[in-house]
Amino acid sequence: MWGFLVIQVSGLRKLYGDTVALDGVDLRVREGEIYGVLGQSGAGKSTLLRCVNLLERPTAGTVTVAGQDLTALPSRELNRARQRIGMIHQHFALLSSRTVAGNVAFPLEVMGVPRAERARRVAELLDLVGLSGRGGDHPHQLSGGQKQRVGIARALAGNPSVLLSDEATSALDPATTRSVLDLLKRLNAELGLTILLITHEMNVVKSVCDSVAIMSGGRIEESGAIADLIRTPGSRLTREIFPLPEPAPSGSVTLTFTGDPQRPVVSEAVRKFDVEISILGGSIEELAGGSVGRLRVSITGDTAPALAFLRERGLLVEVTP
Amino acid sequence: MTWDEMTPLLWEAAGQTAQMVGWSTLFTLLFGLPLGVALVVFDRGGLRPLPALRSVLGVLVNVGRSLPFIVLMIAIIPFTRLVVGTTIGTAAVVVPLTVGAVPFFARLVETALREVGSDVVQAAQAMGASRTTIVRKVLLPEAFPGLVAGLTVTVVALIGYSAMAGTIGGGGLGDLAVRYGYQRFETLLMIVTVVVLVVIVQVVQSLGDALARRLSHR
Ligand SMILES: Nc1ncnc2c1ncn2[C@@H]1O[C@H](COP(=O)(O)OP(=O)(O)OP(=O)(O)O)[C@@H](O)[C@H]1O
Ligand SMILES: [Mg+2]
Repeated sequence: MWGFLVIQVSGLRKLYGDTVALDGVDLRVREGEIYGVLGQSGAGKSTLLRCVNLLERPTAGTVTVAGQDLTALPSRELNRARQRIGMIHQHFALLSSRTVAGNVAFPLEVMGVPRAERARRVAELLDLVGLSGRGGDHPHQLSGGQKQRVGIARALAGNPSVLLSDEATSALDPATTRSVLDLLKRLNAELGLTILLITHEMNVVKSVCDSVAIMSGGRIEESGAIADLIRTPGSRLTREIFPLPEPAPSGSVTLTFTGDPQRPVVSEAVRKFDVEISILGGSIEELAGGSVGRLRVSITGDTAPALAFLRERGLLVEVTP
Repeated sequence: MTWDEMTPLLWEAAGQTAQMVGWSTLFTLLFGLPLGVALVVFDRGGLRPLPALRSVLGVLVNVGRSLPFIVLMIAIIPFTRLVVGTTIGTAAVVVPLTVGAVPFFARLVETALREVGSDVVQAAQAMGASRTTIVRKVLLPEAFPGLVAGLTVTVVALIGYSAMAGTIGGGGLGDLAVRYGYQRFETLLMIVTVVVLVVIVQVVQSLGDALARRLSHR
């Protein structure tokens, strides 16, 4: 479905004095995917993102974007490479001295696009983010969600190979967050835009991301396609997505199932085998790739064949010893 | 002294003040703006950190700012002669006025530029903008209302300085008040001159404030 690596980060370390902000980070983002980086405050998420376009120079490691090793580029070449990397910011970072259209035109000016071409492109971009007709306004006349749309239009001006987003929805209310995420998802689908986004909200990851990296203490604890992580025993992502009590009680069994949640596999197991199954807890979550359920049960009786049956039916079965 | 006698004196003096302040404002902008930009750009954490150069500039600005204007005016007489070939007259007054106002204005420029959020500067860097582009298209335009406010304060200060500088041969309203009002006991002329100065300062300040407000889109 996708092959080409748009971002390849390896062995990334970043020190601020004695503070280790990044402690050996590897990250591979494929073309056309929405990749989320999740982690608590101070985990090093922003530092990682800012290393991708070299706003922050890594202490060690390499950063390759669209096949170009940015760490090796002289500043003029680096600036040219940055023109093909879009970035959106938590507090929008719009120029208050310019109109909406002027803000979107800014990167085009930086690239040396002629005036007439610029005007055409700005109109196109504003239309793309649903702000046509607002080009003459100043940023202070817009709502937060509209400001972020301007930020997105500006970030797309150079036809970037990737869009970087640092907590782009953290300053917005839930409904506005939703609409901005929908816009990003639409751009991803329609333009094939690759997005690397940083967030501390699981909801953002759940609703838009194809892949995720969970960071903590400057390291990536777990990473990969969400669909794969869900099927990985002991996955931290799965634990965090589903609101089940942790740790699981001794002897309990946790079942994770993808696909149609209506399939009556559990009752089938009870009918087929000499077991009693009581449900301790569970939920079904809608993820970008489809719905996933997770059920905590306790099984008594002839458990071994029942568990084998559940595994056979494609469920991830985790038995807590 | 009658009104009819006073009016031409006042016009002439006002014209001289306008010339001194006008030229020195122009030169202050010319030298003070780049100096203020340099203070920000070369600072630690600036666009082009050059701490040694920045320290030298900082010290120069502080020296310029700590000298009382009247002392500065006399101390730089040799420099004034070097630049304009004379040490009296309006042209000669523009030199100490400029030298006195440049460090003052440069600090105000520095303050205005520091008000520009680091996030917009970083956003521009992330777009691949060069340092000169960032100064020209981000720092200066974003700080423009603050720069106008700083320039207004500087012009008002220059009007004050020019009254002192006038006494070394530049003429102007301050000189008029001293020569006629103080030395010849023409109290009415002195009062009128003071009123004219107050009105000029008021007008300059109000215009500056209005312009700064109009330019601000926050
Ligand atoms: N410019 C800096 N100077 C010194 N230390 C820094 C700097 N930037 C980040 N750090 C440190 O690096 C670590 C990682 O910070 P970072 O901003 O990347 O975290 P984060 O995951 O983005 O957190 P948040 O969710 O709060 O934004 C923190 O310990 C932070 O204090
Ligand atoms: Mg952060």
